[in-house]
Amino acid sequence: MNETFKIVSMILILLGTFLILVATFGILRLPDVYTRNHAASKSTTLGIMFILLGTFLYFYYEHGHFNSRVLLAVFFILLTSPVAGHLLSRSAYYSGVKMWDRSVEDDLSKEKEEKD
Amino acid sequence: MSFQLLLNVFLAFIWMFLKSDYHLSTFAVGYILGFLIMLACRNFFNQPFYLGRIVAIIKLILIFFKELILSNISVTKLVLKPRLDIRPGIFALETELTKDWEITTLANLITLTPGTLVVDVSLDNKILYIHAVDIAEKREVIDSIKNSFEKAIMEVSR
Repeated sequence: MNETFKIVSMILILLGTFLILVATFGILRLPDVYTRNHAASKSTTLGIMFILLGTFLYFYYEHGHFNSRVLLAVFFILLTSPVAGHLLSRSAYYSGVKMWDRSVEDDLSKEKEEKD
Repeated sequence: MSFQLLLNVFLAFIWMFLKSDYHLSTFAVGYILGFLIMLACRNFFNQPFYLGRIVAIIKLILIFFKELILSNISVTKLVLKPRLDIRPGIFALETELTKDWEITTLANLITLTPGTLVVDVSLDNKILYIHAVDIAEKREVIDSIKNSFEKAIMEVSR
């Protein structure tokens, strides 16, 4: 029984690390702030959640230690990281960061002119 | 809804005092009995019975996790694909939701949807401006947002 949970937590931690690695590649590879934000705000959220869940499972079944703080951290990250991604892209847009050349549509430009 | 929940807790406390046995298990039994009593008397409440809302909230949380996992798969595909053939852009989405917390939840859900990210909410809270990685899929995205997310949020707040 213990072995199964060890393997499950190992898989979770490896998967989380992989997702964060993907997010890092995305930040290096994608062309502009907004597309990079896609990679950063999504992959790191789930990556950190997986790593925390893996840690939680490991300590619960290996040491019988129920660490509720880890679960709270999962909850807080889930709530806050999409908001952080939204705020970053919003402030980038309003401080005039250009979108990638090959972007096709920009409905927000009118709204921005009105606000300026 | 909060009134009904409070009433149910109150009934459970009454049950505990009737039994003069103050344990969690007695509370649970009292809660279930109070739930059944309230189910029988649900016509006397102004609002619909609160069980439906709790089911709707759980559904919303499940949608949250499903979208999170799907969006990670799509980001992974996007980043690891050798050719970068994306067409990003910002499009407007009109929403029917009115309350602040509903719009916040919708924006968070959209941010966690595959390929979309909320950039701004218009001043009158009616239009969400969404940055999409692939604008070609815009129609589908709008449809799925309208059908699944808005509906799910409305079920909670009805």
